[in-house]
Amino acid sequence: MNHTTIGDIVRGDREVFPPYLYEAYQSTRRRAPMLPLVEVPLTLSELTGPGPAISAITPQDADLTRNAGTGGEAIGQRIIVTGRVLDERGTPVPHTLLEIWQANAAGRYLHKRDQWPGPIDPNFLGMGRCVTNHEGVYRFLTIRPGAYPWLNHPNAWRPAHIHFSVFGPSLLSRLVTQMYFPDDPLHALDPIFNGVPTEQARQRLLASYDHSLTEPEWALGYRWDIVVHGPYATPFKSREKGQP
Amino acid sequence: MNKLLLTSSQTVGPFFAPALLREDAVRNVLVQPETVGERVRIEGRVLDGDRLPVPDGLVEIWQANAHGRYHHPADSGPATLDPSFVGFGRSGTENEGLYWFETIKPGPVPFDHERWQTPHICVTVFARGLLNHLVTRLYFAGEPANARDPILLSVPEHRRATLLAARQQKGTSVVYLFDIILQGEGETAFFNV
Repeated sequence: MNHTTIGDIVRGDREVFPPYLYEAYQSTRRRAPMLPLVEVPLTLSELTGPGPAISAITPQDADLTRNAGTGGEAIGQRIIVTGRVLDERGTPVPHTLLEIWQANAAGRYLHKRDQWPGPIDPNFLGMGRCVTNHEGVYRFLTIRPGAYPWLNHPNAWRPAHIHFSVFGPSLLSRLVTQMYFPDDPLHALDPIFNGVPTEQARQRLLASYDHSLTEPEWALGYRWDIVVHGPYATPFKSREKGQP
Repeated sequence: MNKLLLTSSQTVGPFFAPALLREDAVRNVLVQPETVGERVRIEGRVLDGDRLPVPDGLVEIWQANAHGRYHHPADSGPATLDPSFVGFGRSGTENEGLYWFETIKPGPVPFDHERWQTPHICVTVFARGLLNHLVTRLYFAGEPANARDPILLSVPEHRRATLLAARQQKGTSVVYLFDIILQGEGETAFFNV
């Protein structure tokens, strides 16, 4: 990951957010904007957002081991993934929608464009939803996803990960990201993970194993907190550095 | 104050559709029969640096209602809420890069205590190859207040046209066309927000 062209167009804090152009991740090459982002003051349009208005889900949405509705249970290492959604001041973000999706235990997505010969699990859809409680806490029951191959470069494998989509209180807090597992040797080889510019920011994408969450005779526990931009009319850090 | 480090962004990847575009998560149609306002269809393509359609993208929109009120606790009025309109839309681009929404034209919303913003729709784009989502705005071509909108005026003049959706009459429907060009000639102006 040391020899790649890295663009200088970044939305948000340059020590946290990836550049649009990160050539080692090939799909960025023709999709990254090349012109400077326009700096504008925040208005009511950005300080509001859909988060508070959308939440309709059912309790079984958060159990990916059974939400396929087949009556069967997904195969794999059962895990609990839980944590809090906070803003940068540490204020919990209550009642906000999280949507997740992931590969099955063999590393296969239930998607027409995923055609590698990993087995499909008929009892696993690989998608779930939940809403944070009044303290900003979310909780999913799922199975640990497998790594999977992709065509970015020869013998490319994505580290095991779970995709997260978070709304939060305003448009500023909208976030789509990926949660990774600790101690995965594929992290160092993955251009998507390494598109995150600093070690500190990459570490924030790793869940931690938490034995206090592990339930005996049932499931292993992982903790992962998510920190999103609060609805504060403060500029992104990049502006303070005089970026165009 | 010691601020927590924000969680970074990662690409939505190619496999989000079963989760984010499931039947009860996709929101192409924002209006109900009782929603107040002029019906408009917003449509366009997401195109890459080779002008090829992006067939695996996701477009979300956020807008005020016809009175210029956001369905959100931070907007305390005085414009009227429309209980039949949230103002959030989500569309895939699976068909030749095409996204679409059936919505209403939003009213003007405040900029500060004195000035107004011309009608606009906030647009967010996610796709494989975008490590962070892109943020832009759709403005309505021909709207007189565009000429004095503080945000539109912050966009370099030669790039403003990329934010103007062109009005077309198709039968009895009003369609606003808004292509989103990720890279290269005619690249859409994106915002650092």
